[in-house]
Amino acid sequence: MSSATFVGMPAFPDAARGATGNAQLRHNLRKATHTIRGKRGEVVEELDDWAGLREAGRAVKDRTLRHLDHYLERLEEAVTAAGGTVHWASDADEARAIVTRLVHATGEREVVKVKSMATQEIELNNALEQEGITAYETDLAELIVQLGDDLPSHFLVPAIHRNRAEIGRIFRERMGAWGVPAPEGLGDDPRELAEAARRHLRQKFLETRVAVSGANFAVADTGSMVVLESEGNGRMCLTLPETLISVVGIEKLVPSWSDLEVFMQLLPRSSTGERMNPYSTVWTGVTPGDGPQEFHLVLLDNGRTDTLADRVGRQALRCIRCSACLNICPVYERTGGHAYGSVYPGPIGAILTPQLQGMQGPVEKALPFASTLCGACYDVCPVAIDIPEVLVHLRERAVEGKRPGPEKTAMAAAEWVLDDPRRMHLAQRAASSLRGAVPRRLPGPGAAWTDTRDLPDIPERPFRDWWREHARGGEEQR
Amino acid sequence: MSAPLGSRERVLAKVRAALADVPRGEDPGDAPVPRDYARTHRQGPALDLLVDRLEDYRAQVRRVRGAELPAAVAEALERRGAARVAVPGDAPGEWFSRSGAEVLRDAPWEDRVLSVSELDAVDGAVTGCAVAVAETGTIILDTGEHQGRRALTLVPDYHLCVVRARQVVDGVPEAVERLDPVLPQTWISGPSATSDIELERVEGVHGPRTLEVLLVE
Ligand code: SF4
Repeated sequence: MSSATFVGMPAFPDAARGATGNAQLRHNLRKATHTIRGKRGEVVEELDDWAGLREAGRAVKDRTLRHLDHYLERLEEAVTAAGGTVHWASDADEARAIVTRLVHATGEREVVKVKSMATQEIELNNALEQEGITAYETDLAELIVQLGDDLPSHFLVPAIHRNRAEIGRIFRERMGAWGVPAPEGLGDDPRELAEAARRHLRQKFLETRVAVSGANFAVADTGSMVVLESEGNGRMCLTLPETLISVVGIEKLVPSWSDLEVFMQLLPRSSTGERMNPYSTVWTGVTPGDGPQEFHLVLLDNGRTDTLADRVGRQALRCIRCSACLNICPVYERTGGHAYGSVYPGPIGAILTPQLQGMQGPVEKALPFASTLCGACYDVCPVAIDIPEVLVHLRERAVEGKRPGPEKTAMAAAEWVLDDPRRMHLAQRAASSLRGAVPRRLPGPGAAWTDTRDLPDIPERPFRDWWREHARGGEEQR
Repeated sequence: MSAPLGSRERVLAKVRAALADVPRGEDPGDAPVPRDYARTHRQGPALDLLVDRLEDYRAQVRRVRGAELPAAVAEALERRGAARVAVPGDAPGEWFSRSGAEVLRDAPWEDRVLSVSELDAVDGAVTGCAVAVAETGTIILDTGEHQGRRALTLVPDYHLCVVRARQVVDGVPEAVERLDPVLPQTWISGPSATSDIELERVEGVHGPRTLEVLLVE
């Protein structure tokens, strides 16, 4: 069975035009992002030391990145001492080859998977399929995506673009082909749908001998891996199989065990807006008599060292994939995740994908322009990644030494409005007075840039401050 | 297939090249990490807070005195209709002294291991815990005393957990401090749940769909 892929997707403005025309998608997205955003706000408010936690989170990740070679070697040592095996993959090809070889060595033809951005990034499922190995996604949303032969659109709720009726239909039509079929007369109630997923996957959990996962954190000094989840499919995959293969980006490290006291507060509150997610699993190498007796850690570079070499851009590697920046982003809310044409959507995707993949293709070059630079993503980021700063930096890289192309035009159009607070203000005022009556657009050349979407509500102060601080200098150089 | 050693050296060399701006001789510890955050947020008396948070996750909680525990276990199992339960090999016999339920002990060190299908067939599991975090309503199991293997509290559909007052801390930092990273851990905050379908929360997917806590004061 083939899986969908992002390769060959249209660059952002084209894709965004398609997505914004889909009323159902926009409705789902709006409801979802606003709900999570609200919950996040409440549980973050509850901690009066949030700013301190955020600063510690930023600093711990910066320390890790500044001495990444040191921490990688420590991690390798600790995992090995605890009975695990460490593999290194420079790129996606190597990672796929390592995982495929490890699965073949077990003699198994099926693996269960816990949702993992790293394995999506390397398109592992396709590679396994070509080698005759079936990978079963076990996260409910990933299952919906997989059964629907679809692409995920959000880190946390990858099926955010599907409503219950669509999910019911996908389950009824497709579950049988993948294993235990949907029960007779399955309706659209989320409870029924979750029950159908439980029944469909249970047999796979109890019988499959190999699991593939990622990790949210890898603790260098102890070799411990941490996976946060909600449904228990993670626990199933990390506990019951005999062999566990975890593909982990080299930026997932934290130096020491005690650093988890920061991230186990920052991540759940920022991502699902819960005080704590229902389940987290921590394991260190192999424990005799408990859990998989064979553990392989595949450390993945795949563009991360290139990102690390960019002194402005490297802060993107602090990302803990909470998705708070997606949920707050006015552009994401209107276009959805697919418009970004990359595994990592939203504001973080706009700065991470071009750096991981290099800025060769049209998608990578267009991504840094998929933003209004409003700065809301920076405000909510639990590790204080200055996404607008990196966006501007990458825009400069995208147009460096090039004749004016589409991206130059897009940027010029954006700047025509954005570089003048008065014009911006007018554009916003004009937009707000027309809201609901006609599609909102920026006037003048700005229309080219906003053609694909509504003009977002931009907090005026932070934007202006930011623009004054960062953009003026850049303009003088040109 | 790539030579593993080659890739390792290549990745590490690229990391070092990328970090050319980091002064030679800078120690990892030299990169400052401010720790201006609280060990606890003092949101209320720990036990009350824990109960409040657990109930917020729709877990069932009952506070009992030590002497009442056997009766409380019996009552919970009866209410649940749990006739056969799996328990860790070192679970105190006293816990089940008032219950008529059949108790299956999982004691790998005595070569008595419940298979996955046996675990799938029982009506529930009864265990203790290592630490509980009041602020977040989190119960942490580390396979230590009275907790057993991870599969024990994963496969059955019902988990009855005995939490002792001395195991309850206010916040996450205190819990992390108490835990031994070498032991496999499961952090549990309410029953399993999903919000993947139109963000509507559904309790109970793959883990135990019912979590019940007996808080012993
Ligand atoms: S960039 Fe920040 S806010 Fe966005 S996903 Fe990463 S950590 Fe979360």
